[in-house]
Amino acid sequence: MRSIIEYLREIVLGIWSLLKGMKVTSTYFFSPGKIVTQKYPENRKSLVMLERFKGEVVMPHNEKNEHKCTGCGICEINCPNGTIEIISKVIITEDGKKKKAIDKHIYRLGMCTFCALCVKTCPSNALAFSQKFEHAVFNRALLNKILNKPGSQLMKGVE
Amino acid sequence: MDIQVKELIADEKQEYIINMGPQHPSTHGVLRLVVSLQGEIVKNIEPHIGYIHRGIEKMCESITYPQIIHLTDRMDYLSAHINNEAVCLTVEKALEVDITDRIKVIRTIMSELTRIQSHQLFWASYGMDLGGQTCFFYGLRDREKILDIFEETCGGRMLVSYNCPGGLMYDIHPNFQQRVKDFIKYFRKALPEYDTILTGNVIFRERSIGIGPLTLKDAVSYGVTGPSGRASGFSCDVRKHEPYSAYDRVNFNEVIYNEGDTYHRYLARIEEMRESMNIIEQLIDNIPEGSYAIKMKPIIKLPEGEYFQRVETARGELDVFIISDGNKNPFRLKFRSPNFVNLGVLNHISKGFKIADLVAIAGSLDFVIPDIDR
Ligand code: SF4
Ligand code: SF4
Repeated sequence: MRSIIEYLREIVLGIWSLLKGMKVTSTYFFSPGKIVTQKYPENRKSLVMLERFKGEVVMPHNEKNEHKCTGCGICEINCPNGTIEIISKVIITEDGKKKKAIDKHIYRLGMCTFCALCVKTCPSNALAFSQKFEHAVFNRALLNKILNKPGSQLMKGVE
Repeated sequence: MDIQVKELIADEKQEYIINMGPQHPSTHGVLRLVVSLQGEIVKNIEPHIGYIHRGIEKMCESITYPQIIHLTDRMDYLSAHINNEAVCLTVEKALEVDITDRIKVIRTIMSELTRIQSHQLFWASYGMDLGGQTCFFYGLRDREKILDIFEETCGGRMLVSYNCPGGLMYDIHPNFQQRVKDFIKYFRKALPEYDTILTGNVIFRERSIGIGPLTLKDAVSYGVTGPSGRASGFSCDVRKHEPYSAYDRVNFNEVIYNEGDTYHRYLARIEEMRESMNIIEQLIDNIPEGSYAIKMKPIIKLPEGEYFQRVETARGELDVFIISDGNKNPFRLKFRSPNFVNLGVLNHISKGFKIADLVAIAGSLDFVIPDIDR
């Protein structure tokens, strides 16, 4: 007798525990206000990424097409996996002196691990992260970018 | 007509060998278990590892100390912040730099948030392993809130890269404190839901209570640490025994159970989330002022010698051992990763149980495969 009661008790308690779980799920089922899913990509226009989000490394240019990169190569040394390659050139400044300047700042997005060492160690703050996160392309070669825009120059006053 | 009919009686020694993994969803990664079965009973398990071996220890020998951080992120990716902290603490110990209280407190809060999100994912995937799909959505829903906090302050969601030798990469975001407080308030309400959905569930209890018991003696001799070890009564919390960062100034309990079965390994993690919330609550309102990073030399060189640091990740004890010959990169760097050691006990505790229980047992040890292989 005792064992039968015990057996029935277990069945009832078991079903009760299932019902309690179902209560939680059905609460969410019937209250759509609590739904947290975002409808991506439909909400692409209103989607704002947080300002520190590490999307990709970019080199901000001002409206006169000037950047701050001096071509010192510190970011290339600090990058742990060879994502950055600096090709520099020698230019002759207005007062006739020879000076090292950036020719191409090559950045291979496909290899970048977003460790932020380049952005952090750049002595002239020439690099920054953009919030772009849709990186998919059809050709791998498109991931190799040249960060300094064509025809751009070093900003005045940056050494 | 005397054809002898040979009866097909299963021989005692007749074993059936199957592969579980490397692509089995319940191994949570590329772990291959070669399981010897007799009927449905597990006789022997041979883990084959190395499918995601990247040679992190060897790679560390050729890069500088700040660069190592981005590799430790990728070991136990669910405890990324704590792994980074381990390396940073070792380097700071070697250079004898005094880091400010602010750094210590922020690191501790971040570590505990990391622990909570790791356990949330454990809960989510463990429920799914045992057939409760709902858990996965609920667990990830709450985990998303922590990842958003990480994203706002560190810029990364999972691989945060927030520590650097000498401090932190950036200061905390102005919203950080408020967001963490909101999260704690929210999660204190959400955690009982976890208990209602899974802990009390009769199917879950039947499948986990008494399965895969690990005794204290075995836990110690196999070196099983973390919540899995503590569920067997092994007091092994590095945060208590050798406090680092700000753990010496907070009150919290070491969650210890004596049963050591799958259910209590699960329970230990749920309780640890509560303890982590207690720790965060004690610290979040009084983050001391000060600098968030100590100025270090541009090229960090450790003096010649051997350096060692223990930390408690979400899965157990992580040890970092650096031998330096005075150069800018380590001569040898060794990680004692908790998952690799915990994997060793899997064969021992699942012998004699059914193959379906193996999923429950392996899930309760909470493996992260990249940490096993490194
Ligand atoms: S981006 Fe900065 S660190 Fe890199 S070459 Fe230019 S100035 Fe130097
Ligand atoms: S974020 Fe890291 S990996 Fe990427 S380019 Fe900068 S230093 Fe290299």
